[in-house]
Amino acid sequence: MSTTLGGLVLRSPVMVASGCGGTGRELAAYADLARLGAFVTRSITLDPRPGGPMPRMVETPGGLVNAVGFDNPGLEHFLATELPWLVSQDVPVVVSMAGASMGEYADLARRLGRAPGLAAVEVNLSAPDALGGGVFDVREPFQAAGVVSAVRRDLPRGLPVIAKLRADVFRAVETARAVAEAGADAVVVGNALPASLPDGRPGGLSGPAIRPLALRCVADVHAELPDLPIVGCGGISTAEDARSFLDAGATAVQVGTALLHDPTTAARLVAELAPEGAPTA
Amino acid sequence: MTAAPAESPRPLGPLHVRALLLTTRKVGAYHHLTLSAPGIAERFRPGTFVALSVGAGDAAYRTRLARRSFWVHRVKPTGGHGLTIEIVVEAVGPGTRWLAGLGQGAEIDVTGPLGRPFSLPKESPDQKQVSCVLVGHGHSAAPLFPLAERLRERGCAVTLVLSAPDETHLLAALEARRSARAVTVVTGDGSVGLRGSLEAHLHGILERAAADVVYACGPAPLLHAVALTAEAQGAWSQVALEETLVCATGLCHGCAVPVVGEDGAPRTVRACVDGPVFRGDRVRWADLTGVDA
Repeated sequence: MSTTLGGLVLRSPVMVASGCGGTGRELAAYADLARLGAFVTRSITLDPRPGGPMPRMVETPGGLVNAVGFDNPGLEHFLATELPWLVSQDVPVVVSMAGASMGEYADLARRLGRAPGLAAVEVNLSAPDALGGGVFDVREPFQAAGVVSAVRRDLPRGLPVIAKLRADVFRAVETARAVAEAGADAVVVGNALPASLPDGRPGGLSGPAIRPLALRCVADVHAELPDLPIVGCGGISTAEDARSFLDAGATAVQVGTALLHDPTTAARLVAELAPEGAPTA
Repeated sequence: MTAAPAESPRPLGPLHVRALLLTTRKVGAYHHLTLSAPGIAERFRPGTFVALSVGAGDAAYRTRLARRSFWVHRVKPTGGHGLTIEIVVEAVGPGTRWLAGLGQGAEIDVTGPLGRPFSLPKESPDQKQVSCVLVGHGHSAAPLFPLAERLRERGCAVTLVLSAPDETHLLAALEARRSARAVTVVTGDGSVGLRGSLEAHLHGILERAAADVVYACGPAPLLHAVALTAEAQGAWSQVALEETLVCATGLCHGCAVPVVGEDGAPRTVRACVDGPVFRGDRVRWADLTGVDA
């Protein structure tokens, strides 16, 4: 069984969510990457980012609040040292990108468009704390659409653009429509939601605690935009969770926080969601 | 039973297994848990650690999602269960209290061994015995015991320095004498050994041992003092950092350590996969502890 997502062919509907698979090498100890639907990188910025101060992640019942602050080595270093290895793993590699300005998004797209082996780009339009993280604030649907057009314009035609949206019940449909019109081939519905760390710093809440919110948004977006491919993301830990997102209209799902508690989750979900009789991981 | 796929691309990499709790012993302020964790003991090297999940049953229905990381204090064979690992738990929060309260036969999800181990001194060409001083505070001394054994096997002179606020928080001082040539104990209240802070005694201890290498594990300010004192005496230092880890497997980038790379450039690395053991002179201590010294 394969899943098609805006032109991207996936061997499994289970993808690794941005920011929860390390550089890929760490996850490879617990999952055969080649069996995954796709590997999405942590968000890569044009320049290196040291990330935020400690603590960066705090446990809360059923979830984690994170303020990692876009810790990444910058595009150039990523292209030289991380992407080639990922591409060699025979898994569709989706690079998540975040920019400080429209210009940066265009720059990222232009340079990623020339990177060999890339399967798609994911535009992070839903950072829980965009201003604190120093990335372009895309609170309004027109801003999200602007970023997607800038990215689309600078990428080769055949390379899918996936827009990652916030599971905001009041804005999700409107934002999904705007980015689809701007050229997004698919949307990820669900990201860590704006929250606070116990010390008051802004962060993002992820994990099972936000699953019902993400599920609601997936259902709403699918009801209004039935032709738009959707990836459900938010607190998915079991095959049953994944099926509820697929039943609500998602074409694929992303697993994130669950991997931080049990790094074998992705491999297990791939096996459990494979059709009967198919070889399992 | 959850287990990593058999065909791991890193044959000696970590495993994720369901471990069986064989025994729990209360010793002073700590609980010593002995676990049968198939494959993990065989892969263990001193300085690597294990991450435990809090909560029984199916991982997907647990509410405490951060892992709890522990040094491997001992690896020993037992009849029927092969090699087992022993960890030291101080019950201070909900996760550690849950672990300390578990009875024999409980099942715990364990991932490991994780992280980079201590580097061992190279065989010296002139047959000079390498003098190693191992410094640990409280339960953080746990990884130094298997390290001491390994160093002795390689013919190093091993001095073990254990510190604690008081006797109940002193880890296994009696057993320490089995694996080290000399054992020095420092307690804050003077209930055993030297009185006062370890930092105050550090210079004299390293000087007397004519330390070539200093290994340390404990709170960051102690590790910083060790790194500075070692450097002042021309010794190498290897420090095992105890950052709070969430995933402990390198996936989340939540455990930042400011270091200086070999190229001299400052960067941020992950304690769990790029450490937890670092060369003392590579850590940017002021950025880590917020104290400029």
